[in-house]
Amino acid sequence: MDVELRGITKRFGSVVANDNVNLTIRGGEVLGLLGENGAGKSTLMNMLSGLYAPDEGEILIDGKQVAFDGPSDGIEAGIGMVHQHFMLVPVFTVAENVVLGVEPTGQLGSIDMKRARRQVAEINEKYGLHVPPDALIEDLPVGIQQRVEILKVLFRSADVLILDEPTAVLTPQEVREFFGIVSMLKEAGKAIVFITHKLHEILEISDRVSVLRQGRITGEGDPKSLTEADLAEMMVGRPVSFTVDKTVADPGRPMIEMDKVTMLDETGEKVLDRVSMSVRAGEVVGVAGVQGNGQTELVEALSGIEKIASGKIIFDGEDISHATVRERHSLGMAHIPEDRHKSGMVESFTIAENMVLNNYYAPEYSKGWAIDWQKVAETAARFCIDFDVRTPSVFLPGRSLSGGNQQKMVVARELERETKLVIASQPTRGVDVGSIEYIHERLIASRDEGDGVLIVSSELDEIMGLSDRIYVMYDGRIVAEFDNTGGKADRNTIGLAMAGAHEGEGAAA
Amino acid sequence: MTERDDLKGVNERMRALLARTTHGRDDFEDLVIVPLFAVVVALICGALIMLATAVDLPTIGRSFVALAVGSVGSLSAWSETLTSAIPLVLAGLGLGLGFRAGLFNIGAEGQLLMGGLAAVMAGFALEGLPMVIHLPLTLLIGASVGAAYAAIAGILKATTGAHEVISTIMLNLISFELLNWLLRQPWVQREGRSDPISKSVPDTAALPKLLDFIDPNLRLHAGLFVMLVAVFIVWWLLFRSKLGFAFRASGENPSAANYAGMRAPLIIVLAMATAGALAGLAGANQITGVLGRASPGFSAGIGFDAIAVALLGRSHPVGILFAGILFGGLEAGGRQMQVDAGVSIDLISIIQALIIVFIAAPLLVRAIFPWGFRRPRNGKKGGAA
Repeated sequence: MDVELRGITKRFGSVVANDNVNLTIRGGEVLGLLGENGAGKSTLMNMLSGLYAPDEGEILIDGKQVAFDGPSDGIEAGIGMVHQHFMLVPVFTVAENVVLGVEPTGQLGSIDMKRARRQVAEINEKYGLHVPPDALIEDLPVGIQQRVEILKVLFRSADVLILDEPTAVLTPQEVREFFGIVSMLKEAGKAIVFITHKLHEILEISDRVSVLRQGRITGEGDPKSLTEADLAEMMVGRPVSFTVDKTVADPGRPMIEMDKVTMLDETGEKVLDRVSMSVRAGEVVGVAGVQGNGQTELVEALSGIEKIASGKIIFDGEDISHATVRERHSLGMAHIPEDRHKSGMVESFTIAENMVLNNYYAPEYSKGWAIDWQKVAETAARFCIDFDVRTPSVFLPGRSLSGGNQQKMVVARELERETKLVIASQPTRGVDVGSIEYIHERLIASRDEGDGVLIVSSELDEIMGLSDRIYVMYDGRIVAEFDNTGGKADRNTIGLAMAGAHEGEGAAA
Repeated sequence: MTERDDLKGVNERMRALLARTTHGRDDFEDLVIVPLFAVVVALICGALIMLATAVDLPTIGRSFVALAVGSVGSLSAWSETLTSAIPLVLAGLGLGLGFRAGLFNIGAEGQLLMGGLAAVMAGFALEGLPMVIHLPLTLLIGASVGAAYAAIAGILKATTGAHEVISTIMLNLISFELLNWLLRQPWVQREGRSDPISKSVPDTAALPKLLDFIDPNLRLHAGLFVMLVAVFIVWWLLFRSKLGFAFRASGENPSAANYAGMRAPLIIVLAMATAGALAGLAGANQITGVLGRASPGFSAGIGFDAIAVALLGRSHPVGILFAGILFGGLEAGGRQMQVDAGVSIDLISIIQALIIVFIAAPLLVRAIFPWGFRRPRNGKKGGAA
């Protein structure tokens, strides 16, 4: 089945989300759709799946013009979308989730679960999805849950599958398996639209690529003849540097030291097990590890979000083991939280309010018991200029910003003051290429001003590119330490340590 | 990076960033049009309910006229409307503040009772003080006791995680029985009475009547000013003060507030106490301004109606002021309606409830009145698609 979008334009108020977009999707082909956050990818795909109606232009399926009035029409026409955020009932089985809403019914309208299970098993077999039909969703890992979403779409006999940022939630291993499934689907003649902002994935899996920028198609081509740099330039509109320019570190005194710190979760399990580490002034230390091996807890212990059970934390010579978040903050600790929506900002607050979220009580913003909002607004405007936060006004709510700009707002708040230690947790997650480059520059700038910088990231490339020294965490412990001066640490050795191969022994420092 | 931006460019950008954004049409629709239409729809539904209960059309007409006349049709109507509005607005301010801080306080009724009861006791126990001391002190004691009573629920939540909805409901029940018991104690009960009724508040602790020089029956009292001052203070607290910033941040995103170093337990207790102080003040106002004494159930459901007022006012002090006056008007008008048209005052409760239903379902209101709102699709007004 072939789908053609012709001259699609969609406006929201005065904002043009899609401007005269032409796109062809063919059966048996993977189309990579690339673009920064807010470039209009999701809007475009929501029109294809029938959620929105275009203001101008037409959608043709196999040459015939169609008009969708709601998502059910899209499904009817064979177009299925797998959303980034799963829409599954956790306490239902796989089969129950798959048939939800289109249940095969027996006599008297009862649900024929036997038939449902059989149909699910058939699709499972055909595309090599390997999903256990009777397992409860809540017991399945994220990667398998995603396959259930794909199963749902296939069960509704979709010929066009739109996959919205499918790899964002997957581990590298799961990404491999996922690509295998995409190939199977392709061979079975399905048309696949693969949405992402990860360049190397596009190059690896797609047969054709289209790049969106500010609602317009700014580039199209064959991935075989394109490089990551080409794609990034089409996406951002200017050449982007992938390597972080930095000099050799000149580390000074220890800024933060952790001495045999142990932390327990609610059930009493050790989530940090006698962790000892340090970050010195003027160096970037990276913490690598597969997600869920204690990195989050390490940051929570350092920043004071959670209490530690035993051990000591020394911040520039001062014992802060039991200090509050605010005390640590006023001593000069900056913390970029790993999840900006959940913990880094208040979406309904204005950008100005968000810029002082953890600093609103400081004397420079105070008039007695009141906050000097004029002063706050001026400061926020200056931060926006300094950190290239793109917004028409500081009085707009934080949620009006794109993901990259939200992150730059958080980074600005944390770095625009006297700091000694910067803890950056997933500093560029869900952030577009242009903003990643910028945030990296600022982190290195903090280092060069003599701050200690600790970076926790699930992107090993990011850790390797920024860090002067790398710790690897596994199962709540630091299992290895690597010197990365001049990028000399070995990727494979780090990868092995992340998988737990270095248990018990410290690698060469 | 910034070198190439010359100073002029930076100044220009600063000015642009600092330009006040005008409130969008969406805000206007949300804050003004939806509540307005909700009230209209609720009144229409009220008429339909009367029809359904076999009230004839002329009587329905008469009752709506009575509702209007009784709420805004004369000086005495206004006096009644505002008198009813005062405790609703005060307690509503407390509840709205709690909502902003993420606390669903159902306990205004109990806090109001305790505050009122404390005010009665302070009134007759401190008899002999000059008015300039006695009256403010009485109000202050009422507010403090309300605050302390609400703080119990706050402390329970902060220390054990007990949900405030449950604990405040329980505290309401306790306050009802405590009131009944206290009213039978010899040091509270009025001499020579066997029914539970308290001694009276002396004149030095009573809020002066404002309009008695025109007609001694006009009940409007100086609590009006207490209410207006409270509206301003709560607005200042929420939107200008450091504490209010922490309240709002904790209410909107507790995790982000925690990461920003705000201390959730402290904020919960303080927000509950502030809410309780306002409810207690509402009770003290009612005692010292209107009732003059305490009797069982003197709160008359004000603490529950105030929940509706806070919701209708969108937890904004100014919105709560208008919502409180509207509800005060419905109450005053409802009494008139009962007298003139013989329609049950319960109808007013139904209309109030319907207003809340429609406020809670803005999409429903938008569906009923499509012409009041901007077209969601492409922003063009009027004109056929």
